[in-house]
Amino acid sequence: MTANNPYVPFPSKIKEIIKHTEKEWTFRMQYTGDVKPGQFYEVSVPKYGEAPISVSGIGEDFVDLTIRRVGRVTDEVFKLNAGDTILLRGPYGNGFDTSLYANGEVIVVAGGTGVSPVRGVIEALAHTADAKDKHVIVGFKSPGDMLFRDDLKRWADQLDLILTVDGAPEGYEGNIGLVTKYIPDVPIRDVKNAQAVVVGPPAMMRFSVMGLLQKGFEEKNIWVSQERKMCCGLGKCGHCRIGSTYVCLDGPVFNYVDSKDMID
Amino acid sequence: MGYVISRTGFESVIEKLGQQYRLYAPVRKVGEGRYTDVDVVRYDFVTKFDEIELEAKSDYAFKELLTPLSQTLFFFTENEVKEADFDDRDVIIFLRSCDMHAVKRLDAIYLENKFADPFYERIRKRVKFALIGCAHSYEDCFCVDMGTNRTTEGYLFSIDVAGDEIKSDVACPDVAALFEAADAKAEEVVPAYVTENEVRVTVPEKVPNEIYKHGMWDEYTARCINCGRCNFVCPTCTCYTMQDVFYTDNGKVGERRRVGASCMVDGYTNVAGGGQYRRTNGERMRFKVLHKVYDFRKRFGYDMCVGCGRCDMVCPEYISFANCINKLNDAVNELEGGASK
Ligand SMILES: Cc1cc2nc3c(=O)[nH]c(=O)nc-3n(C[C@H](O)[C@H](O)[C@H](O)COP(=O)(O)OP(=O)(O)OC[C@H]3O[C@@H](n4cnc5c(N)ncnc54)[C@H](O)[C@@H]3O)c2cc1C
Ligand code: SF4
Ligand code: SF4
Ligand code: FES
Repeated sequence: MTANNPYVPFPSKIKEIIKHTEKEWTFRMQYTGDVKPGQFYEVSVPKYGEAPISVSGIGEDFVDLTIRRVGRVTDEVFKLNAGDTILLRGPYGNGFDTSLYANGEVIVVAGGTGVSPVRGVIEALAHTADAKDKHVIVGFKSPGDMLFRDDLKRWADQLDLILTVDGAPEGYEGNIGLVTKYIPDVPIRDVKNAQAVVVGPPAMMRFSVMGLLQKGFEEKNIWVSQERKMCCGLGKCGHCRIGSTYVCLDGPVFNYVDSKDMID
Repeated sequence: MGYVISRTGFESVIEKLGQQYRLYAPVRKVGEGRYTDVDVVRYDFVTKFDEIELEAKSDYAFKELLTPLSQTLFFFTENEVKEADFDDRDVIIFLRSCDMHAVKRLDAIYLENKFADPFYERIRKRVKFALIGCAHSYEDCFCVDMGTNRTTEGYLFSIDVAGDEIKSDVACPDVAALFEAADAKAEEVVPAYVTENEVRVTVPEKVPNEIYKHGMWDEYTARCINCGRCNFVCPTCTCYTMQDVFYTDNGKVGERRRVGASCMVDGYTNVAGGGQYRRTNGERMRFKVLHKVYDFRKRFGYDMCVGCGRCDMVCPEYISFANCINKLNDAVNELEGGASK
């Protein structure tokens, strides 16, 4: 074997599986080492392939990977149980710099599985001294699609959480509407200095950023996380490239000033 | 140090080198071209001088050796991952100046771009070069405007055929000893290089974002059939897709490969759930062309395209990359002219 071959994955034991929905489970993986929210691993299933998966939680001796079952690789992962081993390589990418959001007003807008990469950011916000100035808007398709229900309950007490669904059966008591609907009413005192984090499907990100800009947020204070097809995570396969940017190396977290000029 | 050597003398030099190195050179494959009765020149291993095609430009680049079209990285058995072996004998690649410059581009992606790729590095370390001089330009070359027409270092020796003699600039003392042993005459030799091409291109210095929406790309949506051949012949295209397989007779063993990928071909950006970028061939052409003459430069400081003209030679729709660069430059000028008015 070539020494330090970055393509060689390492084994990690599944400590626990948390089932949010039928298709979305969090795999709590044994791990000690440096890792930041917003970074990702290549989950490697020999004979089936690899899939980039964001870090959705970080603990002393674990990382959480929240995986949506959609195809070849993820199907295989969903056949595993606690105690089994998954091969991983990474972490890759830059991740969020949570120190930027420690002080002052912050708004996080996250949609669907986009909550995964920012879960660590929200967790950090929940534990800041001025957590009441941390506003989090989280949207899911329907009440049945909600992820991290326990966290959502806790966050509702710790910071200013707005939980919404795109649609719901009659009788649902929570908020209904797209995340963008709630952006204008978030109470921000000093909008020129407030920070914003936006993660979710492309259209949701586009409209959320528009909403924030209309509200008066500075471009340089808005942070987004991008997803593209990735085969390597190492700046080699080319699939994630946008212009002169490699999402796997230079991202996936970008300042809006840079990301607005990135055209696929 | 330079030498002039007889053909037979040079044949013996090549034969001796062949005992020490694998020799990877352009070879004429008779009748294997695009149409029956058309030859193709592609790279292969040789042992004799007369197997090397020194007159025609190669249709395919040398890169297969460094970045194979399909390369097994790992073998999987039931509970073991084994890195695939490779032939670790030293190699001499025979190539022209443009391709020598292309090696620098491959290195930029595979050795620099933050991580070094061990599968590339292990073979790259084994590779040395012999420069084939260019006595004249070929039909589609635009190396002069891309600044790749001349190579002055990085090779063991050069080859220029002059009648019954070969002229070589020899940089490696061990190779020089072989020339001496074959009765070569010492003489100053500068490898031949071209200073003019019929095809001229002007690469825009800066490309404004408006170019992405420019109508110039529509032509390619209409003409290009997204076959990807332009990528596969290009000495500087490096993209690949990871592919895992298991052997059908026994689902427990299999392998992980990487196979060459083309940004022109469907599926390049597809993600689970139907997400896709650049649906039209015009957008794909824009992505490819801007990478070759702009985006790569923004990252590494020089253009990716080396002006070898192979993509123009291979395109079944007669799409000219060189023309496209010039159209791009015109469109940029037009946009900038418009902006300053
Ligand atoms: C930076 C990043 C972070 C991600 N984080 C998560 C996460 O936290 N949770 C989650 O469930 N999903 C995440 N995804 C998406 C996830 O990688 C894909 O759903 C997954 O690759 C699908 O693999 P599959 O083999 O099961 O599906 P298939 O559809 O069978 O995929 C086949 C192949 O296509 C490629 N591919 C397909 N979709 C994607 C995609 N969206 N991105 C990159 N490559 C793709 C892969 O190479 C894969 O091997 C992330 C993607 C990126 C780029
Ligand atoms: S070779 Fe020609 S037709 Fe084929 S993808 Fe390239 S430009 Fe399009
Ligand atoms: S883009 Fe065309 S001309 Fe430029 S290096 Fe590649 S094959 Fe040669
Ligand atoms: S994922 Fe391969 S280059 Fe970024």
